[in-house]
Amino acid sequence: MIEVRGLTKRYGDRVAVRDLTFTVRPGSVTGFLGPNGAGKSTTMRMIAGLDAPTAGTVSINGAHYRGARAPMAELGILLEAKAVHTSRSAFNHLLALAQTNGVPRRRVDEVIDLVGLREVAKKRVGGFSLGMGQRLGVASALLGDPQTVVLDEPVNGLDPEGILWVRNLLKGLAAEGRTVFVSSHLMSEMALTADHLIVVGRGRLMADTTVADFVAQASGTVVLVRSPHATELRDLLVGPDVTVTSAAAGQLEVHGLSAEQIGDVAWEHRLRIHELATQRASLEEAFMEMTRDAVEYHAHTATETEAETLRRPVTSGDPR
Amino acid sequence: MTTTMTGPSTVVPRFPGMRVTQGRVIQSEWTKFRSLRSTRITLLVSVILTIGIAALFTAVTANRWSHLSADDRASFNPVVASLNGVRISQLAVGVLGVLLISGEYATGMIRASMTVVPRRLPVLWGKFAVFIGVVGVASLVSTFVAFFLGQSLLSSKHLNVAISSPGALRMVIGAGVYLLLVGITGMALGGLLRNTAAGISTLVGLYFVIPPITELLPSSWSNDISPYLPSNAGEAFWGRPDIHHLSPWAGLAVLCAWTAVAVVLAAVRLVRADA
Ligand SMILES: Nc1ncnc2c1ncn2[C@@H]1O[C@H](COP(=O)(O)OP(=O)(O)O)[C@@H](O)[C@H]1O
Ligand SMILES: [Mg+2]
Repeated sequence: MIEVRGLTKRYGDRVAVRDLTFTVRPGSVTGFLGPNGAGKSTTMRMIAGLDAPTAGTVSINGAHYRGARAPMAELGILLEAKAVHTSRSAFNHLLALAQTNGVPRRRVDEVIDLVGLREVAKKRVGGFSLGMGQRLGVASALLGDPQTVVLDEPVNGLDPEGILWVRNLLKGLAAEGRTVFVSSHLMSEMALTADHLIVVGRGRLMADTTVADFVAQASGTVVLVRSPHATELRDLLVGPDVTVTSAAAGQLEVHGLSAEQIGDVAWEHRLRIHELATQRASLEEAFMEMTRDAVEYHAHTATETEAETLRRPVTSGDPR
Repeated sequence: MTTTMTGPSTVVPRFPGMRVTQGRVIQSEWTKFRSLRSTRITLLVSVILTIGIAALFTAVTANRWSHLSADDRASFNPVVASLNGVRISQLAVGVLGVLLISGEYATGMIRASMTVVPRRLPVLWGKFAVFIGVVGVASLVSTFVAFFLGQSLLSSKHLNVAISSPGALRMVIGAGVYLLLVGITGMALGGLLRNTAAGISTLVGLYFVIPPITELLPSSWSNDISPYLPSNAGEAFWGRPDIHHLSPWAGLAVLCAWTAVAVVLAAVRLVRADA
């Protein structure tokens, strides 16, 4: 379990993460979604204790990570940027990490086989492809058989086969009762991997929800209706929670009602329907809509700050 | 969730006895040290320089002894002659020290190291322990070999002295300890500056550039500053007694103080700053 409370990180006057609060629970895969620069990597570095929060706290499995007796049994982490000395072999890299916590040598061989790096285990990591580097990163994260696994953009640079492998691995880890927290800037990937979603935009929490709820919440479903009685039907459908728009004559887009409800209304009033289609917003669309809000919000605050700076010399008065 | 943030973790490690100890971190650092070819080569270069320059210097001196001026003969010290290689090999040892830590920052390895040992300091102590063990032994072996090889080359002109002659043992051990301390300072600078080029430049500046510049100052100033510079303080310990130098043990103390300051600054930065 990862508990993040009021987490804030400032680099100079740039706020990378702003007052984030969320909990990542064991037993399912939690996706950490946000566009590039949203603060995902920064949050994960704070979870691993690499960066100190400007404010707020993080706990791993209910305790402070820094004080853990066996840190590798608590948390395994794959960072977005490579964290490997390029001149060392994969085996020696993993062995050196394992030795710090007293992880037995046979486990090093075990994870090498698990990630499929057996043939290149004695080769310099510097010669590895991006995908092999990611596999090595996954291997180091799993070395201590950790209760909590954090992976920053693990599918970056992987081929389709590798992506599928990561997806199944994450699901398997969650099924074993582990806490799995995985970041991505790709909604489509999260849709296939994650059960739960933490969405961030510009360092702020945008959503903390299940994948299914996220889509519904972000844009709801739209029902497309084609009917020769479009105008009459529209008047019958509109209500407090229902909006109806029309893109073309004889066509309606209905938000807030299901296809069944619309069909029933039409039948009751003996109105003919030529087409009735539910259009579920794709995850990518839902995600874009949510982060667009974040961008707009920030553009707005930026203008405010600018206006304030411009006004300041006037209101404070010139001492001369 | 209402879980408290302060309780101990209830996670039971899969591998019995799993936990971080200083001894295990030292073992890990030894794995890191021995598994880098650049480390082994740099160490070998320093050993070859210490011994090779001693052999070259003493052989040339013995060969040309009859052509040397009376002044040169009077100031000749056979122990120093056989240890002169240290003046060059200190650069190799210092660079090795810088690289051992700056290399982890350059490659990003430091983030993996700090994640598995989140208290951080055991990693730094582990690196120092391995360095002291490996480089300390290599430095002492090389200064002893340099001494005996140098004396045997000087013996053709009967210029050689025994290890039991006054100050000889202290100087031979001193030269080895000096190399080790330069290397430790290099490590500390690597950790403090987190950058190979900056670490090496600072080390070279401190040991090779500032001393000759100080000599250009008015002598009333340079006499006050010069003996306390790390290279000169070190030479007071391993070199010949000189009126411009501190006493051997004061020299060692001053050199240790420089090293300690660098180590403390590196430790503070490691614990305080983001990794
Ligand atoms: N070490 C740092 N120093 C200064 N700014 C940083 C640093 N790390 C991240 N940032 C900034 O913080 C913001 C969030 O970055 P990051 O956490 O990498 O986002 P993400 O992983 O979601 O793409 C970005 O604007 C980035 O430029
Ligand atoms: Mg990132």
